[in-house]
Amino acid sequence: MTFIETIGVAWEGLLLNKLRSFLTTLGVIIGVAAVILMIAISAGAAAAIADQINALGTNLILISAQRGTPGKPPTLVYDDALALAQGVKGISGVAAEQSVTDQVIQWGTANFTIPTLGETPDFPTVRQVPVGSGRFFTQVDLDRKNKVIVLGSKVAHDLFGDTNPVDQEVMLGNTHLTVIGVMAPKGSVGGVDYDDQVYVPLTVLYQRYLANTPVQNRVRAIYVSAASAETMDSAISQIKTLLARRHGVTVSNPDFTVQTQQDIIQTQQATTETFRTLLAWVAAVSLLVGGIGIMNIMLVSVTERTREIGVRVSIGARPDDVRMQFLLEALILSLFGGLVGVVAGIGGAWLFNETGVMRTALVPWSLGLAFAAAAAVGIVFGYFPANTAANLDPIEALRHE
Amino acid sequence: MDNDSLIRVENLVKIYDGGEVPLRALDGVSLTIARGEFVAIMGHSGSGKSTLMNVLGALDRPTEGRYWLDGEDVGEMDVEELADLRNRRIGFIFQSFNLLPRLSALQNVRLPMLYRLENRLDAAKREKTAIAALEVVGLGSRLYHRPNQLSGGQQQRVAIARALINQPALILADEPTGNLDTKSSEEIIGILQNLNRQGVTIVMVTHESDVAAHAGRIVHMKDGKIMTDGPNGHRQRDAAPALESRGGAA
Repeated sequence: MTFIETIGVAWEGLLLNKLRSFLTTLGVIIGVAAVILMIAISAGAAAAIADQINALGTNLILISAQRGTPGKPPTLVYDDALALAQGVKGISGVAAEQSVTDQVIQWGTANFTIPTLGETPDFPTVRQVPVGSGRFFTQVDLDRKNKVIVLGSKVAHDLFGDTNPVDQEVMLGNTHLTVIGVMAPKGSVGGVDYDDQVYVPLTVLYQRYLANTPVQNRVRAIYVSAASAETMDSAISQIKTLLARRHGVTVSNPDFTVQTQQDIIQTQQATTETFRTLLAWVAAVSLLVGGIGIMNIMLVSVTERTREIGVRVSIGARPDDVRMQFLLEALILSLFGGLVGVVAGIGGAWLFNETGVMRTALVPWSLGLAFAAAAAVGIVFGYFPANTAANLDPIEALRHE
Repeated sequence: MDNDSLIRVENLVKIYDGGEVPLRALDGVSLTIARGEFVAIMGHSGSGKSTLMNVLGALDRPTEGRYWLDGEDVGEMDVEELADLRNRRIGFIFQSFNLLPRLSALQNVRLPMLYRLENRLDAAKREKTAIAALEVVGLGSRLYHRPNQLSGGQQQRVAIARALINQPALILADEPTGNLDTKSSEEIIGILQNLNRQGVTIVMVTHESDVAAHAGRIVHMKDGKIMTDGPNGHRQRDAAPALESRGGAA
């Protein structure tokens, strides 16, 4: 029997039991669709993280103090930021940042606690958080320790409602501060809601909120934006050299870390990679279950058609003909399931995206992978039943009722 | 070896080890059947006649003994050669017809041609050949009926058309009339006799002596052995001229 004819025979076999064939295929359909969808979801999540990190600022270099040891606290200070601004070439801005415990903010009778940050004038440009109304503070505000505050957009709305906050006076902790500006909405980036925090000049933070800390003028991070992508590498090496000299350490054994956006993205992606692998395995397991479903039904089918097999052998079918017939039945089931599963996976990913349930990004290789896996499942799980059929004793088979 | 002999078996022994005592289903059977013979094998159930048929049909291998079909040693053949033997050299007819229930009469008859490897016909020729074969057995108007839409006699005629489709030299019929009424039985026997006249060798197992009476030679078996083997003295040569009486079927 030719291959094409065997396909015909296998196809007829499947058509005889359309509902059962479809239900058998369903396992593979779901498995394949799940693989594609899971990979699309994790790719979507990775893309979302990358977008967020890009939103931190372009060509951003992040300098942070390494965790201090007892007796030797971290030593990144405001003066380091000033030194970098003067001493490093090819950069467009330096922003130093320090945080304190959440403070109570009050205007009139409205009050709540709010994350509070001390910032320097380059914050809006370096971190790409534009000012919505009013202004951000200047170097003059910092130098004179002016008691001013800039609000995140959500804070402004929660505290003032429809009133214009600019030039109003608020209480933050025990200090009266004048609102000079409100930031434009930015949303959450990397778990920080930029709209739900307030900013005061770094010097004011030191004076009013961190007066009793052991190390004066400490900052938790310095952000430097390189003038362009080309100056990044040069800027990083200048920063390392300069800070190492200031801190009295070597570049190879520093007490600070210098990261780029790229580093942060890679770290985040490594995290999601684990998640992604897990999802893919879950989907692969469902594909495996689909394969077992095929094997189960094929075994039932072989038993049901034992007599048919006996008849075919008695009129000249070779064991290979019988094996191929049942193997092809399993393969057709799994390939059909694979095809429908690919369509369902693409459709599901599109639907998730369109309805805003979850951001998804179709990964082309996942389509091929899932389809190939379905085919492999058909061959692997179809082989055992097909072999059972091929090895039946024809006399026993003919007697089978 | 005699050039006219189609089947020659020597000292066939078949032992089944299944039960407490090994069963000798065939116990030293030797038999030669010439080309063109019509042999009936008779015996009670358990006499070994079905086992002999299975061995002759290359569905089963004997424990001991040798089997030549058309001068070729069947015991030396591998599975592929055995399949080819069943496909082109032997046609089976069963008591329970053994048609594939979901296929039409035409598809059933066509099946052996699909498994054929040598001298294959193309699809159109296969269709034509199958239709012609069904017309020969008088079922030209039932091509697309499924087995359950046909009477027992009609199903057996489809089975005969299927057995003949690759033009085998040998037809093995295992109780071909066992499930049929008298009239259908006569028609089937008539067709077999007709084939025999055209030169096809027929070996038929039956336990009905009036069916065996149509054969030219009767072999009696008991306990796996041949008891008597001789020409049929009372052959009813023209008892069922079934084909001739069917309009346009010949």
